[in-house]
Amino acid sequence: MSQQGQTTLGIGTGPRGAWATLVRGLQLSPELRDGLAGTLLLALMATAGKVVVPVAVQQTIDVGVVAADDPRTGLVAAAVAGSAVVLVLASLAAYAMTYRLARTSETALSSVRVAAFRRIHDLSVLHQAAEHRGALVARVTSDVDQISRFIQWGGVILIVRGGQALLALTAMAVYSWQLTLVVLVVVGPMAPLIYWFQGRLSAAFDLVRERHAAMMTAVSESVVGAATVRAYGIEDRTEQRISKRIGDEFWAQFRAGRLASMMFSSAEVVAGVATAAVVVVGVQLGLAGGLAPPGEPWVGRLAAFLFLVTLFVGPLRIATEVLEQAQTAISGWRRVLGVLDTQPDVADPQHGRAIPDGPIGVRFEHVRFRYPTGDDVLRDVDLKIAPQTRVAVVGETGSGKTTFSKLLTRLMDPTEGVVRLSGVPLTDVAFSDLRRRVVMVPQDGFLFDATVADNVRYGRPGCSDEQVRLAFLELGLSDWLDSLPSAEHTEVGERGERLSVGERQLVALARAYVADPDLLVLDEATSAVDPATEVRIQRALDSVTRGRTAIAIAHRLSTAEAADEVVVFDDGDVVERGPHSRLVTAGGVYASLHAHWMAGTRSEAGPAADPSQGARA
Amino acid sequence: MSSFAPGMPERRIVRRGVGVLAMAIRIMPKPFAIAVAGSTLYAAATVGSAVVLGWVTDEVIEPAFVQGAIAPGTLAVAATVIVGVAVANALGIVTRRTAAYWMQYGLHAHFRRRVARQFTRLPLSWHRQRPTGELLSAANADVEATFWPVAPLPLTVGVAVMLVLSAGLLIATDVWLAVVGLLLIPLVVAVNVSYNAAVRGPATRAQQRRADVAAVAHESFDGALVVKTLGRESEETERFAAQSQRLRDELISVGRVRATFEPFMEALPSLAILAILFVGALRVAAGAVSTGDIVRIAFLFVLLEFPLRALGFILMELPRSVVGFERVERVLRARPDHQAGQESPPDGDGPATVDIDDVTFAYDDTAAPALADLHAKIEPGRTIALVGPTGAGKSTLATLLVGLAQPSTGTIAFDGTDLRALAPEALTRHAAVVFQHSFLFDASARENITLGGQFSDEEVRAAARLAQADAFIEALPQGYDTVLGERGTTLSGGQRQRIALARALVRRPRLLVLDDATSSVDPSVERSILEGLRDAALPSTVVIVAYRRATIELADEVMFLDEGRLVDRGTHAVLRTRLPAYERLITAYEVQR
Repeated sequence: MSQQGQTTLGIGTGPRGAWATLVRGLQLSPELRDGLAGTLLLALMATAGKVVVPVAVQQTIDVGVVAADDPRTGLVAAAVAGSAVVLVLASLAAYAMTYRLARTSETALSSVRVAAFRRIHDLSVLHQAAEHRGALVARVTSDVDQISRFIQWGGVILIVRGGQALLALTAMAVYSWQLTLVVLVVVGPMAPLIYWFQGRLSAAFDLVRERHAAMMTAVSESVVGAATVRAYGIEDRTEQRISKRIGDEFWAQFRAGRLASMMFSSAEVVAGVATAAVVVVGVQLGLAGGLAPPGEPWVGRLAAFLFLVTLFVGPLRIATEVLEQAQTAISGWRRVLGVLDTQPDVADPQHGRAIPDGPIGVRFEHVRFRYPTGDDVLRDVDLKIAPQTRVAVVGETGSGKTTFSKLLTRLMDPTEGVVRLSGVPLTDVAFSDLRRRVVMVPQDGFLFDATVADNVRYGRPGCSDEQVRLAFLELGLSDWLDSLPSAEHTEVGERGERLSVGERQLVALARAYVADPDLLVLDEATSAVDPATEVRIQRALDSVTRGRTAIAIAHRLSTAEAADEVVVFDDGDVVERGPHSRLVTAGGVYASLHAHWMAGTRSEAGPAADPSQGARA
Repeated sequence: MSSFAPGMPERRIVRRGVGVLAMAIRIMPKPFAIAVAGSTLYAAATVGSAVVLGWVTDEVIEPAFVQGAIAPGTLAVAATVIVGVAVANALGIVTRRTAAYWMQYGLHAHFRRRVARQFTRLPLSWHRQRPTGELLSAANADVEATFWPVAPLPLTVGVAVMLVLSAGLLIATDVWLAVVGLLLIPLVVAVNVSYNAAVRGPATRAQQRRADVAAVAHESFDGALVVKTLGRESEETERFAAQSQRLRDELISVGRVRATFEPFMEALPSLAILAILFVGALRVAAGAVSTGDIVRIAFLFVLLEFPLRALGFILMELPRSVVGFERVERVLRARPDHQAGQESPPDGDGPATVDIDDVTFAYDDTAAPALADLHAKIEPGRTIALVGPTGAGKSTLATLLVGLAQPSTGTIAFDGTDLRALAPEALTRHAAVVFQHSFLFDASARENITLGGQFSDEEVRAAARLAQADAFIEALPQGYDTVLGERGTTLSGGQRQRIALARALVRRPRLLVLDDATSSVDPSVERSILEGLRDAALPSTVVIVAYRRATIELADEVMFLDEGRLVDRGTHAVLRTRLPAYERLITAYEVQR
């Protein structure tokens, strides 16, 4: 999406036209074609129920009423009874068809849902970041729901009514090809008309969607920004902004609705003209002997034909309604296909290798990374990290240290150069091996809505409650674990929100600890946590990193002070590296970073911090 | 097919649903009247077209057949009448639908405005008790669900007119045909009602499953980085597939119910026509009706198929409407817990004095108070740091100081005036707060700073410079005119905080409250900001909730809070020697090494 265009890759928007979407959709869901022939056959049988009525009308009038001087009710009874049987059979066929369609389509769509879900997880972080979380969720929920709703409601109608139009047309041709021609000439112009309306309508609905999004953004500001709105006394202004956007949306909706109404009713006029034409031409044709052999009655035939015209045009009218729904479904489908057709840019190699057993060494060979838009984030990073060292990576925001950690864990691939773990190029390592041996603890310590133990187990499935407790003990966190209401069985809530930010970090560390990786990459949290938790995190970190290669993206320089080695990034380059004790006196980038940090945390750092001086000159 | 109302008795739903519809008509009587007029025209034209067809059969086609000739004039009249009726029908449809959209969307707009008004007026405490998603859905999906039945409402009125006209036509034609035809109506109603009852169970469950699927997807994508870095994609997919499977099963159940009822409902009018043909033939034999009569009645039933099904549309939408409206009403009924004051503070440009007198505050009646027995006077022009462990009540106090919440007991006075007595706009003119989570509006950088206030460009830029925001705003694609917020350029957390800070500074408030407002800013940048604040000679009293020592050291004085109580206050240096708890907190960074 555009707002993050500087740093992300887009997710595909799917095939272009409606037809291309349908073709690609059927390609990717072979289940949809299962038993399709049978379903269509049933649909055809179901529509027979629609055509049987005009035939019964014709028979009743021509054979039973008009022809004989005294009506033959026996024949009428037979025709009616026969039609009733056909109607019942057609309804049974309709039942079977609708049910089959529901079963096949829902099964296929469930697979599509799951496939899209998996694909989203397989895409690289760059792709994932290209869309809001909500938009990604929509791909596997509301977008698929739209297709499902369409198939179950509109799709059935389209099939049955389409069949109805086809059968009506056939019956019409049987009664009189001349009159059929007349009807087709009148109805024919509907097709380009509908096409034209359709184009305008979809533009109108695009505008509605856009205005709706703008309106909801404004409304959400009054909720998410409630504190700011009140603190700055801008209630009136906020309300006016919202009101304006509500008005804008209303007009867009109203215009689209009016257009749809016009399209819907145009079919009505066409049906009227067709009926009138059939009467005018039909009577003359009948008189000329073009409807029935001379001497035979044609009144019923003409009446039946008029019924058939209604049955033929009716579906067109309903189609204009359903097409509206179809458009939504197609655009939903297109978005889902867009996901399925986006190839992961960081892919699991086909014949992946394993990283040699034992502690992992890291080697960056002239690595360069550039975002898709062309901003160089890492210029030419060439470095080696020995196994079992603890390294702190420091630098200002935007210096490239976070990119470094993403390349290290293969969340992204370098634009140039190679990253090797124990000599194996990262792009050759099988994901299954990579994710077992290399674990990253991200900044926000995301937790799932489950117990503490379940969240820890996420690092190593099948690990018992005792092992979870042991992990906390080994990390020096037992006291904290036991302070929770139900210890390791405590529910952490959505996204772990029942725990504080720092506490979430503790669980995330335990999760990484039980995963027992050989290379641990930590992205430190930036926001302040209370000091007690801070101390616990430090203690846990010491235990987690012991004996492994550990690379920490350090936001607090206390981490750097404790590391074996410090790597300093500045503007996409490694500018310094070495132990803290040496760098801090070297007078370079690190020394200045450290001085700032010291000033921020220690009172004795300088005269500027003397509290007795007062805050204002 | 959205959330039905599980557990609510049918009669209550219908009663409440009818109540919602009546309210809708009261609010928008004009479009409703127009739509009903259109619908009546449509109904009359529909029945009319059947009458015309019967007339054409009797007066044009049959005489032509019998006489073997036709006058061109007769045909022209027939054609004109048929087309005329069709045009009237189309006109009726356009009028009804356009007016119905007007009504439906107008109601959306009406209720969205009312809901949004509540959102901007209700106190912060009300907001904090409710999840964002629930509130947004009240303005969005709930409003829409409430007025779904409004769309088919005029149609239903038209259908009723149509049924009355048809019944009249039937009775006028022949009593026996009428008996057969009128039997259909109770049958259609009965089938509609049982259809609704049968589909509700699976449809409600499907809705629940849909929510489950969305919940798993949401959580899983939220944690995408964890899933990826721990290589748990397959397990997550299995978890999702299980939910998806359950939804699939429920949707198939819905499909089965539909498959059972839909063909039945469609077949009903056709069966009625067959019955009419049989009875009609008998009546023709008895000389009671003509061929045209049979054609007319049979054609009428062909035309009635769609309108008869429309009767069910409203019934189907009512439960969803009732549930939606209950949620909307919950927002509309909420009332502020206190009356806003009217007074303005004593005039003066200088920094404000704040008196905290015996303040206790609890978020709700059952919880332990977040602040208890707080007494303090903040002298004008002083900079006070609020320090204390997590949960000490620092942020709560910050919120109370700017009047975003009211003390449960006790008073906070601004230049001697109780905050409760102050007019809200008077307070917001003189006091500004910056939160840790800075909120940006969907507007330009400049507007995000001014928030509609009258400030010159130079004032805006001066505030931005002080907040260390000027440089990066200038570097944005359109500088100060770059649109920020959800739909605009994305900024980092630190950049957002700096804009929020500029927003407060441009107002030159007499009381400035910073609630951990620089937490995401790089330490070196934060330092520049804080030094800038010291040097700017702001005419304000400053209260800072702080964790970082540099922030604390900027203050003239520290108020140390713990468990909602003011433990001590004094200069940083004095508290360090006097208060071991304070010393421990401050030195935590060093302790762990």
